[in-house]
Amino acid sequence: MSAASVPAHGPSPDSDVSHKTVLEAPDIRRALTRIAHEILERTKGGRDIVLLGIPTRGVTLAARLAGRIAEVEGEPVPRGSLDVTMYRDDLRMRPARALGRTELPPEGVDDRVVVLVDDVLFSGRTVRAALDALNDLGRPRAVQLATLVDRGHRELPIRADYVGKNLPTSAREKVKVLLAETDGRDAVVLEVPK
Amino acid sequence: MKRHLISAADLTRDDALLILDTAEELSRIADRPIKKLPTLRGRTVVNLFFEDSTRTRISFEAAAKRLSADVINFSAKGSSVSKGESLKDTALTLEAMGADGVVIRHNASGAPHRLAGWVRGSVVNAGDGTHEHPTQALLDAYTMRRRLGDLDGRRVTIVGDILHSRVARSNVLLLNTLGAEVTLVAPPTLFPVSVDTWPCEVAYDFDAVLPKSDVVMMLRVQQERMTAAYFPTVREYSRRYGLDARRLAALQDHAIVMHPGPMNRGVEIAAEVADSPRSTIVEQVANGVTVRMAVLYLLLGGSEPAIGGDVTPAGAVSPNGDAKRGGDASRREDA
Repeated sequence: MSAASVPAHGPSPDSDVSHKTVLEAPDIRRALTRIAHEILERTKGGRDIVLLGIPTRGVTLAARLAGRIAEVEGEPVPRGSLDVTMYRDDLRMRPARALGRTELPPEGVDDRVVVLVDDVLFSGRTVRAALDALNDLGRPRAVQLATLVDRGHRELPIRADYVGKNLPTSAREKVKVLLAETDGRDAVVLEVPK
Repeated sequence: MKRHLISAADLTRDDALLILDTAEELSRIADRPIKKLPTLRGRTVVNLFFEDSTRTRISFEAAAKRLSADVINFSAKGSSVSKGESLKDTALTLEAMGADGVVIRHNASGAPHRLAGWVRGSVVNAGDGTHEHPTQALLDAYTMRRRLGDLDGRRVTIVGDILHSRVARSNVLLLNTLGAEVTLVAPPTLFPVSVDTWPCEVAYDFDAVLPKSDVVMMLRVQQERMTAAYFPTVREYSRRYGLDARRLAALQDHAIVMHPGPMNRGVEIAAEVADSPRSTIVEQVANGVTVRMAVLYLLLGGSEPAIGGDVTPAGAVSPNGDAKRGGDASRREDA
């Protein structure tokens, strides 16, 4: 039944979109290294931090950040993932979708400094959902936000503590983050409709 | 589009896997301090139980509440109205309350299908007569997948009162969709006439099937539905088709034992088998809540259902309500 509702494929959607790579693999590497150092500075050596990635690419980015922090400090950093699907404010505007994974490190989040990690910060609604989800999991001492790209157009009073790249965009454009673990290569691509 | 879960056959393989994967993620909230999600806030789920049930009703109620839905329990037991009229009247009441989802258990096969033509919300079949019980099949598949991994090519043996069992029919359909091979074992008197059209094997010798089974599912001997002499004595049934310690020993090491409950200890399953570590009977109950959460979320959580089948309102009712009565509620019995 559900398969019948898939629309027939029209002309390739790529034909009326131009792609512009705004960050290459080395840029992403440097941005993440810088964010890792900023987290260590702000949290005085990463004491009590927990990195929580928002699926899918936030989880990959959190893993990379944890790796870099561990290299600098010589100690592993607790990390996990936080799925926000059930907390989204646009659930009723689309069919119910598959859930991502929520997995906390054994330390939990109580009394910790939680750093949320996402790939793109846009309207801020995902982060709002993440704050609600976090509220049901425990009571962190503080919550901070790290994002690889901040593209602006906020619809809620939310800002990032750590930003890889501020990318001014128009609302019509799309920002795609590609990561080797899920997409085969590292890049941030701006899709501009012609 | 309005969609329902009335038969396990309503689910495509993708639908079924989506439900099982969603349940897998939802199972994690059982370990959280706050076991509640805001997802169905403001939605109303009506539990409409025309037949006695403890675990299924409680399980659906817990599932809906964990998703923050408003739950209305509508127990139709003791109603003096005749079956057809009462179901129709109830449907109109539900419409007036604006139910987003209706969970129905009814002793007439086909009642949920009939109801689906009358109400605006999604209908979930929680067991209708001897027809189907799709969420039981889903929680069974979920339990098997947790213990054994992928179900593709797994051999599942279902033993006992196939004739009166809605659990068997739903399991055969769902397990077939998921790629498992099902063998039904029972005395010839306890097979339905149409069993040769089901996507499964049929056998009469339990001992011959045991060594190649990955799962053995024992069905309850439903004495309350047994109006004729289906087998000579309970003792003989137990000896030929009961799972005792000797038969348990004939199973492969990884094989598991399931039972949808309630059990008749000493009839279809020996107490020592029911309590052995290879039995999943307690897990099945716990998994029921998780799987029903997944079904309710996927049917009611979004702008439209992500799973399930459509019902052509064959008996669509005009506002002045000239619905055909009584017997036609059972016409989908062998759908």
